Amino acid sequence: MVEKAVALSALLFVLGALGALTRRNLIVILMSIELMLNAVNLALVAFSRQWGDLAGHVFVLMVIVVAAAEVAVGLGIVLSLFRNRESVNVEDVSLLKW
Amino acid sequence: MVEAGAYPLLRWIVLLPLLAAAIHGVALALLRRPLGRTATLLLSVGAPAVAFVIAFLALIRLIAAPPEQRVLSDLLFTWIGAGSFSADVAFLLDPLSAVMTLVVTGVGTLIHVYSVGYMDDDHREDRGFQRFFCYLNLFLFSMLVLVLGDNLVLMFLGWEGVGLCSYLLIGFWFSDRWNAYCGSKAFIVNRIGDFGFLIGIFLLFWSLAEVDAATVNFRELAEALPRIAEQTVTLPSWLGFLPGAPTWKLTTLIGICFFLGAAGKSAQIPLYIWLPDAMAGPTPVSALIHAATMVTAGVYMVCRLDFLYAVSPGASALIAWTGAITAIFAATIAIAQTDIKKVLAYSTVSQLGYMFLAAGCGAYSAAIFHVVTHAFFKALLFLGSGAVILAMHHEQDIDKMGGLRAHIPWTHRWFLLGVLAIAGFPFMSGFYSKDEILLSAWLAHDLPGHQVLYAIALATAGLTAFYMLRLHFRTFLGESRVPLEQRPHIHDPVQWILAPLAVLGVLSVFGGFLGPSAALNPVPGVAPEHSNSLANFLASALHGAQHEVAFATERWLAVTSVAVAGLGALLAAWLYLWSPQLPARIRTVLAGLHRWVANKYYVDEAYDAVFVRPVVSFSENVLYRGIDVGLIDDAAVNGSAHFVRGFASGVLRHFQSGLTQGYLFLVALGTLAIASYLVAG
Repeated sequence: MVEKAVALSALLFVLGALGALTRRNLIVILMSIELMLNAVNLALVAFSRQWGDLAGHVFVLMVIVVAAAEVAVGLGIVLSLFRNRESVNVEDVSLLKW
Repeated sequence: MVEAGAYPLLRWIVLLPLLAAAIHGVALALLRRPLGRTATLLLSVGAPAVAFVIAFLALIRLIAAPPEQRVLSDLLFTWIGAGSFSADVAFLLDPLSAVMTLVVTGVGTLIHVYSVGYMDDDHREDRGFQRFFCYLNLFLFSMLVLVLGDNLVLMFLGWEGVGLCSYLLIGFWFSDRWNAYCGSKAFIVNRIGDFGFLIGIFLLFWSLAEVDAATVNFRELAEALPRIAEQTVTLPSWLGFLPGAPTWKLTTLIGICFFLGAAGKSAQIPLYIWLPDAMAGPTPVSALIHAATMVTAGVYMVCRLDFLYAVSPGASALIAWTGAITAIFAATIAIAQTDIKKVLAYSTVSQLGYMFLAAGCGAYSAAIFHVVTHAFFKALLFLGSGAVILAMHHEQDIDKMGGLRAHIPWTHRWFLLGVLAIAGFPFMSGFYSKDEILLSAWLAHDLPGHQVLYAIALATAGLTAFYMLRLHFRTFLGESRVPLEQRPHIHDPVQWILAPLAVLGVLSVFGGFLGPSAALNPVPGVAPEHSNSLANFLASALHGAQHEVAFATERWLAVTSVAVAGLGALLAAWLYLWSPQLPARIRTVLAGLHRWVANKYYVDEAYDAVFVRPVVSFSENVLYRGIDVGLIDDAAVNGSAHFVRGFASGVLRHFQSGLTQGYLFLVALGTLAIASYLVAG
């Protein structure tokens, strides 16, 4: 049981990581990051069940709260970026370089 | 060892001048408000005067004590203590240091009084008047530490202190670059000597520690020295040309190290070159530091360490020969100088040579006797020359003087007394002390070539009379060479200046009666044990050889030296009074010789070429350009900065692409690397 859950979690995490690394749309990148976070949540829940330890659930709730906050900030940045540049393409915001 | 009587007043001899200097320093440097003129005078002249009174009281106590108990001491605290070894801040007054203390405080007080008159026109905005007295008091403090300190370390402290004050006072008018240069020169040349002094202290301490007698206290040193008196050292083979090589007595080596220090401070060959240039300082400074007190510190040190030199005939011979050669060498230079203070400076070098000659011959009391009389007449001469310089509005060239007797009669009179005293006019102070020295050279049978030494000293006596009277004739007598419009403005100085001249004049005339030897005592019927009082007084503190000599011999020697001096005086009168056109003719005939002597034998230039310029160019090209600029600035400091900047701008900056996903990729890679390390490890 737990093997399958962990395998799914790994699959989701890799999907999320690939999405975050390759997609150019900021909103998609944010979604990919959500996917990675939830992959981790899944793994935590699975291990929690395996060991009968509730600490994993606590962590999951914590991650959900932080993810919500992160999404709020990330979408705020995307919004103000779009207002200023009329674009959500991540390659258009590379001013902070040498 | 005699138990020293405690005398708590001694510390005040030393501390009063320090206190005065400290008050001046606080007022000038911290409060930035000069004291009033009256307060300055009371403080600065008062401190040495009270110190003199205390020293005099202590002297009375010394004299009252039986000869073998004439030691007073005052322990303040232990300065450096380790096990059984201790160097104390303690003062020791025995007959030797008592005589020096009285000279330093006595002549010092007179010169302070004189300075009031001399420095009065120093109205610059840096408060020169008070600064001058501050330095002068500080000098007196250092000098008294040097004289009264009861161990070598404390003496060295004073030794360095007087060097510092000498530097400060030579460069007192530092806005003129030349004066500052002369101050530095004096300081640096003295440092070379101090190096020898330090090595001497280390050697002595180390070799005494080897025999479990580690001490620096003079009285303990005298007790412990016989334990190392017979030790020898082996010189390295490249020093094989030295006499007595390859084995020397250890005491000879130590004695020579100490003498190097003495030669620096007391301006002996080869380190005499700073003293003539030290004349750049104000004239009272020249009188106090560079004639009467500081430059005799070397003589005092040799006499203080007489127990060492008594067992090292090699070092004593070196001292005697150095002294004699310096005496005649400096005297010949003095003949051709035209600066009134330069003549006196070379005369000082020459007279110091006399003192070392006496010390080297083992006649320490004669050396100290000459220190005392020399302090009187040379201070008088310098102060007199200062009065002349003031009257001439800071003109020092005797070629532009002449006939000043009519304008400044009192200065002339006192100056003449000084000239006669140094020339050895019978029964004046210089006559007695110089004869003692000539006698000691005559009698020093165990010294190699003592007849030659005597001949050199005798010739120097003639030269001394010649150049001093030349100076006097050129300055005060003959045709006036002063511009006509300036003549009405030449007048005698104020009482502040004339009063010390008078006191010193009297001392120069009668100072010899401190210790006339029995043979030359003009008062008939004085028992031998009551004549020569200074030497008798010093005898309990000094280990010098007591010589027995027939009265007739001594009188013949005196007559000879007076005759030679008289010859020099006559020659001076003939050349500069009776046929004044003659010197110019001689100068044209012997142009080369004259140029050579007038330029001080080009010794300064030779030193410059051999020592100064190689060192300067080494410093400039290797140390400065090579190491400081090249290695430290360019390679180490700027080089590392350049490397970091180049690496960052050439390589590292390309990692900062501004593309968020690039960074994210690196983060992912890094995480993967750490994770695989953890899993694999």
